Amino acid sequence: MAGIAAWGAYIPTFRLDRKTMGKAWDTPALPGERAVSAGDEDSLTMGVEAALAATAGRDLSDLDAVFFATTTSPYAEKQAAATIAAVLDRPSALTADVTGSLRAGTTALRQALDAIAAGSSRTALVVAADARPAEPSTATEQLFGDGAAAVLVSSDGASSVVAAAGVTEDFTGPWRRTADNYVRSFEPKLDTEYGYARSVRAAVTDALDRSGASADAVSRFVAYAPDPRTFASTAKKLGFTSEQARDPLFVTVGNLGTAHALVSLASALDDARPGDVLVLVGQGDGADALVLRAGDLIGNAKRRPNVADLIASKQMLPSYEGYLRFRRLLPSETSEPKSSTVQYWRDRRQALPFEGVRCTACGQTQFPANRACVECGALDKMEPVKLQKRGRVFTFTLDHLVGGEYLETPVPKVVVDLEGGGRVFFDMTDVDPSDVHIGMEIELTFRRLHDGAGFHNYYWKTRPPRLAAVGA
Amino acid sequence: MPGIRDRIAVAGVGATRFTEHWEKDQEDLLCEAVDEACNDAGIERSDIQAIWAGIYYHTTGLGGAAAVDPLRMYGVPATRVENFCASGMDAFRNACFAVAAGVYDVVLACGVEKITDQGSRGLPNVREGMHPFLPAASAPAMFAMAATRAFEVHGWNKEDLARVAVKNHANGVHHPKAHFRRAITMEDALKAPMIAHPLGRFDSCAVSDGAAAVIVTRPEIAKRMKHKDDYVMVKANAISVYTAQPMYKPSFDYLGFPATQTASKMAYEEAGITDPFEQISLAEVHDCFTITELLNYEDLGFCKKGEGANFIRDGLSATDGPLPVNPSGGLKSFGHPIGATGCRMIAEVTRQLQGRAEGVQVTDPELGLAHNLGGPGAVCSVTILGRQ
Repeated sequence: MAGIAAWGAYIPTFRLDRKTMGKAWDTPALPGERAVSAGDEDSLTMGVEAALAATAGRDLSDLDAVFFATTTSPYAEKQAAATIAAVLDRPSALTADVTGSLRAGTTALRQALDAIAAGSSRTALVVAADARPAEPSTATEQLFGDGAAAVLVSSDGASSVVAAAGVTEDFTGPWRRTADNYVRSFEPKLDTEYGYARSVRAAVTDALDRSGASADAVSRFVAYAPDPRTFASTAKKLGFTSEQARDPLFVTVGNLGTAHALVSLASALDDARPGDVLVLVGQGDGADALVLRAGDLIGNAKRRPNVADLIASKQMLPSYEGYLRFRRLLPSETSEPKSSTVQYWRDRRQALPFEGVRCTACGQTQFPANRACVECGALDKMEPVKLQKRGRVFTFTLDHLVGGEYLETPVPKVVVDLEGGGRVFFDMTDVDPSDVHIGMEIELTFRRLHDGAGFHNYYWKTRPPRLAAVGA
Repeated sequence: MPGIRDRIAVAGVGATRFTEHWEKDQEDLLCEAVDEACNDAGIERSDIQAIWAGIYYHTTGLGGAAAVDPLRMYGVPATRVENFCASGMDAFRNACFAVAAGVYDVVLACGVEKITDQGSRGLPNVREGMHPFLPAASAPAMFAMAATRAFEVHGWNKEDLARVAVKNHANGVHHPKAHFRRAITMEDALKAPMIAHPLGRFDSCAVSDGAAAVIVTRPEIAKRMKHKDDYVMVKANAISVYTAQPMYKPSFDYLGFPATQTASKMAYEEAGITDPFEQISLAEVHDCFTITELLNYEDLGFCKKGEGANFIRDGLSATDGPLPVNPSGGLKSFGHPIGATGCRMIAEVTRQLQGRAEGVQVTDPELGLAHNLGGPGAVCSVTILGRQ
């Protein structure tokens, strides 16, 4: 049966201590910290990171579908899944954004499984990401976090999906109208005791019945839940022990919205042994439940950085004001730089799949593409080449002058020699500027550069390798 | 190729003070510099047969009209020249070539920039018209990346950079038209706030306004003009354009600027210079940043590669040294109104060779060099001037 062949996650580098948030507003603080996407991140950039993690080192020529699940797409009109497919260079893939519900991640997963079962897709990628806006000063703001996960679905996965079931229900739990700035709720207790608890119990019971497994045969129960207490109480009513129902996310990174279920699943798969049975739940206007069994070769599919590495590799935001700036919660009068959808389209193979060229006359790999070689001048001897997303700093500066403004915190600008060739100029992000040095190892990260010409200009920046931060 | 050696004369020069001209606009500055140059040459505006004007920012006027309109020289052939920070000296080159071609007798090369009107810290609008996603860097950032390499490869440090700032500001104290006429200490330079690591405020030239103008003619005509006894000869002018995108060129080592190396080689050949350190009496070089001056010493052949820091440490570029570099105070003291700088350098070297560089005169110069660098080393113009 179809299952999950590979998985990957993305948690932003930055964390905000909930005590810092409580102190900013003189309100009680929840325990732990939350993940905060940086000012150059959104659900799509995080989704791309997770998609790259889940597909690292794989031949993607059989990737026939890409689903992107989120409630915070960067566009009201324009598809984010198409951007992910472009980065992965799969123009023939079926793409769809699955939106509007926190259950979208598991719903997209069920759609992908159906596509595999129907034979319409050989492999399918499901990406879930969210960066949900919460009203400043509320407990919700402390609880929420940002993150993403992706799973690659195929017919011969490292784990197989044994059963899937779901219920649907019109239920006004959390919601956000198009014009709302923040996620709203009316009476959370109605959601946790009725909307959430009832739909989850119904879906899980149905899925377990279909799988033939009993609750005590389950190794891990992983689920979206609005908060850790509701997660624990719902798991208990389903007969799961606290050992089976461990949520690694609420205290360390927060409620990840649409991404929560799949990030939890990625974490459970990181820990899974052959034969382990996992129950996965997404919830929102009903619930999806899936029962998975880890295959004998699950160990071969494990990759690093895993979810634990991503949680551990972090930088604390020193202040609540840093979060306000990242999330653009204070109005600013600065204008966006100029841009052009025409130029962006023309150079799309540089922007998204990060393609360079190699001169067949002298062998020099180079970027950006040009008809003539940057070194030997040979004309029309170029062949496209997929550039590596790793390299080392050749030279750098820490620039305080950006767009005619003097910034207190400088932006690292680095000239990088890519592994396998190519010299490219990048901004560096997610780094303490004083750590930047010649010879420093870097990896590329997909970011939203600016909103020139009124659209999101996505491209690559560099960052220190996430694994380096955890000493791996 | 015959070149222009000894075929062109500088008959008059003029420049405004370089400073923050809040109460003057670009037109005022251009008129002031051109009138001074005309007076210096002893001619009227109406004697000028063609104009080349170096102006970088398009926000302050496009086309030849950017010069013709303020000067009210309607009908005169005029071209606006833009070639990064070397726009001014490229205007001079075009003027020289037109006279050498025999098309005109008396022409004007000028340059002007009104930076403070743009309301920006540093050079404005670095992203204007740039690529949607390929990143841009500020001007200091581009040159800072050369300093980072020089620190790594040559072992240079902030003190090596600071010596340039201290020398040039000490020189600028004595120049009546400099923006800054105040000496600084090594400590001032080292303690200044960072602009683009490792370049601090005193490693960077200032945001200034200004204009400069040069009257170009043939020697036989100059003989009938006001400076008939001390007009200055153009020995060579060369320009080299390398790349504005060195950060994508794998062989670019950041330890110097090939545009300067190429332009100076061409200029030395035309002028018959075989040993620049021995033969050149003074040099006005493009010290947009302190690191640039150190690399210029090497690129211009004053010393070997890697020895730029020693060159100033040993006092070789001091005003009383064997090869005074930037006796005027350079861009460090004048600031860098982009289009104006190249013409200001020509004016400066001309006055030195005429022995009338009040306050900053070097002893009995024979040959002077002016060096104007643009972009992150993208374009370089080198001019050699000599006495008759």
